[in-house]
Amino acid sequence: MNYLTSYLLALESLTANKLRSALTVLGIVIGVGAVIAMLSIGRGAQNTITGSIEGIGTNLLFVISGGAEDVRNAKPLTLTDAEALQDSFQAPSVIGVAPLMQGVAEVSAQGETAQTTLDGVTADYEWVRNATIAEGEFVNETHLLSRSAVVVLGVKVADNLFGRHEGLVGETVRIEGQPFRIIGILEEKGGSGFVDEDDRVIVPLTTAQSRLLRRSTPNRVDMIIVQALDAEAVPQASQEVADILRARHRTEIGADDFTIFNQQDFLDTAQTITSVLTIFLGGIAAISLLVGGIGIMNIMLVSVIERTREIGLRKALGARKRDILIQFLAESSLLSLTGGILGIILGWLISLAVGAIAAASNADINPVIGLDSVLLATLFSMAVGLFFGLYPANRAANLEPVEALRYE
Amino acid sequence: MSKWVVDARNLTKVYKMGDVEVHALRGLSLKVKRGEVIAIMGPSGSGKSTLMNMLGCLDRPTAGEYYLDGEGVANLSDDQLADIRNRKVGFIFQTFNLLPRATALDNVELPLRYASNGNGRRERARGALESVGLGDRLHHRPNELSGGQQQRVAIARALVNNPAIVMADEPTGNLDSKSGEEIIKLLLGLNKERDVTLIIVTHDADIAKRAKRIVTIRDGRVEEKRKKK
Repeated sequence: MNYLTSYLLALESLTANKLRSALTVLGIVIGVGAVIAMLSIGRGAQNTITGSIEGIGTNLLFVISGGAEDVRNAKPLTLTDAEALQDSFQAPSVIGVAPLMQGVAEVSAQGETAQTTLDGVTADYEWVRNATIAEGEFVNETHLLSRSAVVVLGVKVADNLFGRHEGLVGETVRIEGQPFRIIGILEEKGGSGFVDEDDRVIVPLTTAQSRLLRRSTPNRVDMIIVQALDAEAVPQASQEVADILRARHRTEIGADDFTIFNQQDFLDTAQTITSVLTIFLGGIAAISLLVGGIGIMNIMLVSVIERTREIGLRKALGARKRDILIQFLAESSLLSLTGGILGIILGWLISLAVGAIAAASNADINPVIGLDSVLLATLFSMAVGLFFGLYPANRAANLEPVEALRYE
Repeated sequence: MSKWVVDARNLTKVYKMGDVEVHALRGLSLKVKRGEVIAIMGPSGSGKSTLMNMLGCLDRPTAGEYYLDGEGVANLSDDQLADIRNRKVGFIFQTFNLLPRATALDNVELPLRYASNGNGRRERARGALESVGLGDRLHHRPNELSGGQQQRVAIARALVNNPAIVMADEPTGNLDSKSGEEIIKLLLGLNKERDVTLIIVTHDADIAKRAKRIVTIRDGRVEEKRKKK
């Protein structure tokens, strides 16, 4: 008996019990479908997050106040720290410094009110963070020096307040009740990632410090974004920034009161989180595959008992143990393989549906089915079929012909 | 080649049913010539079925020797026995034992599928079916055939490998007397034409009388009577 005829034979006997085979296959279909869908959604989420992190630029450093552990007498980052980092002798690898204050503010105009992110920035922010202006102008030195009540609006905020995002320069909005003149509208970035860059307003840093985001220490900033020469200069720039800040804050060795992140750190963290999530989801889905496998085993055991006489007859006619074993393994692996293939299709449909739903709700997750997850699911479902088919098949193969023939 | 196609010497079979030992065969010896037709009779519990299983190589004796067509088979492994059954034994059962979903042709082909040399099995199966008079029923399934026709498919299946012996266990037990008669005639005819060695296990004295020799089993031993001419 060659393998092809075994499979044809298996197909024949499976189609004889169509409903039963279909229900058994369904268990595997759901299992494999769930695994494929979960892996693809996980990968889609990972791509989205990674993409948005990569979007912030490979040559940026983010300095925030506070060390890894509790440090006594931690000094906050200030505007003067930021100015010190611009020293091209002490920090030759640094080409741009953008100190930043961040908070939440209530913005209102024409009777509409919106809660949004408020960024207080300096003029350098425009090119350090690629904050392109669609119309009007960005915050400049004059605004900073005079603590002007001017604001640059994100597209979403403009839409929420005015129902449009064009021709708004010169209009007035109220931020926390105070009037601000609109000097520019940011270019639309599109919804991506965990921070919506369209849903925010930008004001001069000095204005934010004095009027909107009061902090205990005057001159304090929340974050300093540092641009290195290029991606290779990032470690060097990081070292220079750390040296300057340590000197200025007089910190003890190994007790920094600030932390420096770069894009790679964010990427690593995000990837760790998303892969844990993917493994977790995939693991749960794999349980349903296991349940499907037990279903196969159950049906194969019933099938062996039902066909005891047939097995006895085949043995009487000269079938060896191996022939019977192959016959039943062919059936169980055919069940699971069919389930695997249908499951891949189901998983693909689910991930398409999830992608469509995500697109409809602006979540922008694009599920990706990799060849590796398809191969994994196929091999895994085959293995499930063989593993759970082995015991029933072995039982069939070891039946005594005399007993089996006598079985009623 | 040995003159004896079946040469069983001193066969013993002991079954263990829990703590009780059941002696189904107690030193039974039997020889059958090539081309002979013998009938095995005996009351139930006499060891008749056990003997049938031994002769058909479905089971191994506890002690004793058994040469089938010159090959010693008493101590072979399961798979070796399967091979012997495939090459040397044809079975005909009371309940036909055809695969219900397979056509007559596929049923007859089944032993050839397990044979090491399965060349031209379609033609051989067709030939076997024609020799039992079912050349026009090749693609019918068992439920489309009468009892007598089903038994003839089973006979074709038993003969398709040109076995050394054909074991028929109550071949007419599930048939009406007319089809039963046809089956017996067919079997005896095949014995004459092809020189097939035929061992029929039966309760029916009328059928047994038509064999050349009747072997009666009682308490696990042979009680043989030569048939008078």
